[in-house]
Amino acid sequence: MIPVLRLAAKRIGTSLLVLFGVSVLIFCIARVIPGDPARVALGPNATAEQVANLRAQLRLDEPLVAQYGHFLADLARGDLGRSLYTNRPVTTDIAEFLPATLELILVAGIMMIAFGLPLGILAARFRGRWPDHLIRVLSLLGVSAPSFVWAVGLMLVFSYYLGWFPIAGRIASQFEIGRVTGFLLIDTLLAGNGAAFRSAAAHLVLPAFALALSGIGQAARLTRANMIETYETPYIEMARAYGFPERRVANRYAFRPSLIPSLTIIGLDLAALLGNAFLVEAVFGWPGLSRYGVQVILRKDLNAIVGTVLIISAMFILVNIIVDVLTVLLNPRIRHAQRGATP
Amino acid sequence: MRRTARILAANPLSLLGVLLVSLVIVGAVFAPVLAPFPDHRGAVVDFTNFNKPPSATHVMGTDVVGRDLFTRILYAYRISLLLAVVVLAIAVPIGVTLGLMAGYLGGWWEYAIMRLTDVFLSIPPLVLAISIMGVLAPTLVNGMIAVTAMWWPWYTRLVYNIARGEKVEGYVLAAEVIGASRIHVMFREILPNCIPAVLTKMTLDAGFVILIVSSLSFLGLGVQPPTPDLGSMVAEGARYLPDSWWLAVFPGLAILVAVFGFNLIGDGLRDVLGADR
Repeated sequence: MIPVLRLAAKRIGTSLLVLFGVSVLIFCIARVIPGDPARVALGPNATAEQVANLRAQLRLDEPLVAQYGHFLADLARGDLGRSLYTNRPVTTDIAEFLPATLELILVAGIMMIAFGLPLGILAARFRGRWPDHLIRVLSLLGVSAPSFVWAVGLMLVFSYYLGWFPIAGRIASQFEIGRVTGFLLIDTLLAGNGAAFRSAAAHLVLPAFALALSGIGQAARLTRANMIETYETPYIEMARAYGFPERRVANRYAFRPSLIPSLTIIGLDLAALLGNAFLVEAVFGWPGLSRYGVQVILRKDLNAIVGTVLIISAMFILVNIIVDVLTVLLNPRIRHAQRGATP
Repeated sequence: MRRTARILAANPLSLLGVLLVSLVIVGAVFAPVLAPFPDHRGAVVDFTNFNKPPSATHVMGTDVVGRDLFTRILYAYRISLLLAVVVLAIAVPIGVTLGLMAGYLGGWWEYAIMRLTDVFLSIPPLVLAISIMGVLAPTLVNGMIAVTAMWWPWYTRLVYNIARGEKVEGYVLAAEVIGASRIHVMFREILPNCIPAVLTKMTLDAGFVILIVSSLSFLGLGVQPPTPDLGSMVAEGARYLPDSWWLAVFPGLAILVAVFGFNLIGDGLRDVLGADR
């Protein structure tokens, strides 16, 4: 257990350094804005004095390094400044919109694993035969269109033509669900409202699937490649020689070691969903962080841009740490090698 | 090279990829000849013909101001392909050079370059491009800058991993022993061994650049109207669902066809060259 802890500590250390780099990068990007953000925020009718006041309030008249220093000091106190768009603290905004996005991404991630891994196992078992070719084409198709194209396609077929799923939003408007966690699937259950839960779940299906599609393909491809590698090892031959049924050889002996490399990439894909959520949320009118992100970018809302990108990157980095640690925990070879190896 | 071509030709999926990509390139290059209504690429209004479903004259229908959708898709391909070529032409040399330096020179270079790469790779790719486009004016050149900024680190990481392995090979040591310069070792000895992996990634990435650029313009952060762009066409068409389905469906399919083609070729190349990440 100790080597795992040491690895986690080391990874968290490096990640903090990277996150610091990200904050500098994003801060610089946000400060090269052409045009005056204070002017953009106040509109064309504001007086020069009002603009100057806002500039002073945002500390835009100080040198860049000083601005960054103030930003870090505020950040240390958990303050990301005020949004010019909603006129509330950026942290309040993020806390409001983040759960909707996380719910979407988590459900998409579950779909990615639930569909991707079995498809990969199937393709490896029938390597070189038609199920393999079919899965190969399907997974390539999955990554060949941006998620907004899938979103529009799914919406057209399953919402408009077939009418199986609702068109947009998170839940039907007649339900009033008190906010506890911000995750509607959990909040509706806490409220004991079965109909509202079904409504929230139905609203999630299409956006999550559109988001998951490219990841499903990648997870399937990767699981297939790793399974094929495992199939060529002597212990699989031995399992076959013992006369175990092919199904058991596939699911028990070939799949388990193949899971580890797949997990790493699935973790990365899951994190990439944070970016694609921008597109899917726009199509389905999903009131999440990504939609907020686009709004604040279009309005050149500095604090909100920096805050949103920083939070997204922090989550991205966090997912990667979790995946790294899980990889070590699951793989006895790395787990034991860590003990002997010098860092 | 010839062997590679022969194996690719024997793979029906790669052939399909070559066919799709050829169609897209021919359509883009010869758009002025092939497009039935070349002037519809700009800000033309034809209110006698607006929002017409696909027909013999307008094979993909017309948009909300009466412009031929097929014409606009061909012209949109021109911009998408141009962007893909320019982005890769800038991002790949930068990424590869930095990767070679980090992998071969090691030490301080390795630390500085790879941490910088980590920073760029720690922001989800689309989010980085969106934030850059958010602060810059939405023009073609800025779009190229934003997408290039998010692309080079992937090549740095790819080449870094290869170069680090090659560095200890006998042929590199031999070159060092006879006094070859660092530049010579990096670019003449190690680089040729990175080429298969880089080429495969470039083929796949040509499709993904098209995909990312269309995503930016879908959000209104890319090429601005009246310049035709596949992403913004889907965004506009999505507002007229389900009645005017052709407005969103054909540009969406156009993205799918182009990216799918590049992916099929890249996938075939990966099998042949065995160049996996």
